[in-house]
Amino acid sequence: MRVMGSETEYGIHAPSAPGANATMMSARIIQAYATVTRQRAAGGAETRWDYTDEEPLHDARGWTVDRASADPSQLTDQPPVLDAEAVALAYGRQELELDGADESGSLLMNMVLGNGARLYVDHAHPEYSSPEVTNPRDAVAWDAAGDLVALATVRKVAADTSLPPINLYKNNTDNKSVSYGSHENYLMPRSVPFGDIIRGLTPFFVSRQVVCGAGRVGIGQDSSTPGFQISQRADFFEAEVGLETTIRRPIINTRDEPHATADKYRRLHVIIGDANLSQASNYLKFGTTAMVLSLIEAGQAPRMEVHEPVQALQAISHDTSLTATVRLLDGRRVTALDIQWMYYEAAAKLAQETGVADSVTGDGHTHDVLLNWEATLTTLGSDLDAAASSVEWVAKRSLLEGYRNRDGLSWDDARLGLVDLQWSDIRPEKGLYYRLLSRDRMTRIVDDADIARAVGEPPSDTRAYFRGRCVSRFGKDVVGASWDSVIFDVPGMGKLQRVPTREPLRGTRALTGALFDRHQDAASFLAELMGRNLPPATG
Amino acid sequence: MAAQEQQQPQSRETETEVDVPEAPPAAPEAQASEATQGVDDLLDEIDGVLESNAEEFVRAFVQKGGQ
Repeated sequence: MRVMGSETEYGIHAPSAPGANATMMSARIIQAYATVTRQRAAGGAETRWDYTDEEPLHDARGWTVDRASADPSQLTDQPPVLDAEAVALAYGRQELELDGADESGSLLMNMVLGNGARLYVDHAHPEYSSPEVTNPRDAVAWDAAGDLVALATVRKVAADTSLPPINLYKNNTDNKSVSYGSHENYLMPRSVPFGDIIRGLTPFFVSRQVVCGAGRVGIGQDSSTPGFQISQRADFFEAEVGLETTIRRPIINTRDEPHATADKYRRLHVIIGDANLSQASNYLKFGTTAMVLSLIEAGQAPRMEVHEPVQALQAISHDTSLTATVRLLDGRRVTALDIQWMYYEAAAKLAQETGVADSVTGDGHTHDVLLNWEATLTTLGSDLDAAASSVEWVAKRSLLEGYRNRDGLSWDDARLGLVDLQWSDIRPEKGLYYRLLSRDRMTRIVDDADIARAVGEPPSDTRAYFRGRCVSRFGKDVVGASWDSVIFDVPGMGKLQRVPTREPLRGTRALTGALFDRHQDAASFLAELMGRNLPPATG
Repeated sequence: MAAQEQQQPQSRETETEVDVPEAPPAAPEAQASEATQGVDDLLDEIDGVLESNAEEFVRAFVQKGGQ
């Protein structure tokens, strides 16, 4: 359908060591994965991130923020510094010698994985950024693969009894005024005016939480008002449009860092979604958003403008009956479901016109997304509780209501807060989502086996294939990688070889699979790649 | 538990051979109580995996800011 990907910042907590340094714990998580995969032991597939093309201060509206006036958290183009001293302060000297530190005393903070993903320390959280995929089903698979990566790190850390075990949570808030993100990225043609994107997406983003909200106990950033709301993130949004992602969060984020040929593409960076464990919610989050972008590109997005969208976003999140209305600038009052139906109708019409949903000539995904979208909106509007097997906030609320009914709990009871938190524990024996999944109370979109395979294998149909195969085949000779490059240091080749991968749909298995199969070592692989003048990864 | 699982295939075979007629649909009250039973089972299971001392656990979950 379109090139897309996810980013998940996990909540991180060591119950037996409250107050432990979060950055240090996150580094332990990354280190644990390096140990698990033995990529590091094999000689360096702890591939360093290449920061050359990071441009976090470029604004899609056409300007660049001065570094001095940016919030320090926006400077994501610099490697985080965690030197020996900080480590020693946090954990004591012996930690350095146990593992994790190289000769310079710096810890591993950043890995490129064999499945094409990035695993790294982002501020004070471990983050998994999925490889680029081309459809919502694969987006679900490689996002869920990140949860298995996270699970592997937690198990590895727990096996070391000399240090406190660490829990990871796929959620978005600590309910004490702090939020951390789950982002989506979508590739778009640069030619689409950004104003069209803002107009076309804002009503959609205000309303899509009814389908893909993860649910949250507590109202307000600090959860001070008892209750339950649809979205984890809604109360943390304060602006309509902006460059920031950690302060004054905007509904439409303008970070203009294409990680691709800049005059052809824009990477739309979406920061308003909840992290989803429910595969059905996650699938619709990616699938419907991709279709709405097609509507915007075709100039066929529904014409509507929401009055005060930030307040509307929160009003919708706080109304689990789905009957609250928000005002449009033309005077109409509509529910979130009304807005979603308008987008659905427009998307179905466009798909009909272009043939993209056709069972023979279509793209193989749009048809299924439309069916799911329609069925979900219908259920939400007619028999809300029946959506508990698919829509994440309904599933969570149903479990919480079970507790409220059985034990007579009020919304400010700590046990309900714990159910909300533990819903997102990524360990299947502790995570309440996984308890429901094991009883088949949650819908699966992707087979468990496909998710397990996505932990080790890259998607075949994007440049992530090239990146992932380079790391898993020639890891010891890869000294750095990023979304749009792989850097080799091959003995005997003198200088570093940087292979640009600026076209997201090149470097696929179809284009480079045979090349990988033909070569046993990086030197001959690179010789053929470079000898062609036109490296297949870039074209 | 293990013994029960081993017996299962046998009883399934018997059922297919004999072609047991379908049970009549359960009365509405029975369905409702089955659903309640399902929820009760689920809550019992979850009681067993919830962290102990909810108040303390939730209070200690403090995160630093993120994106």
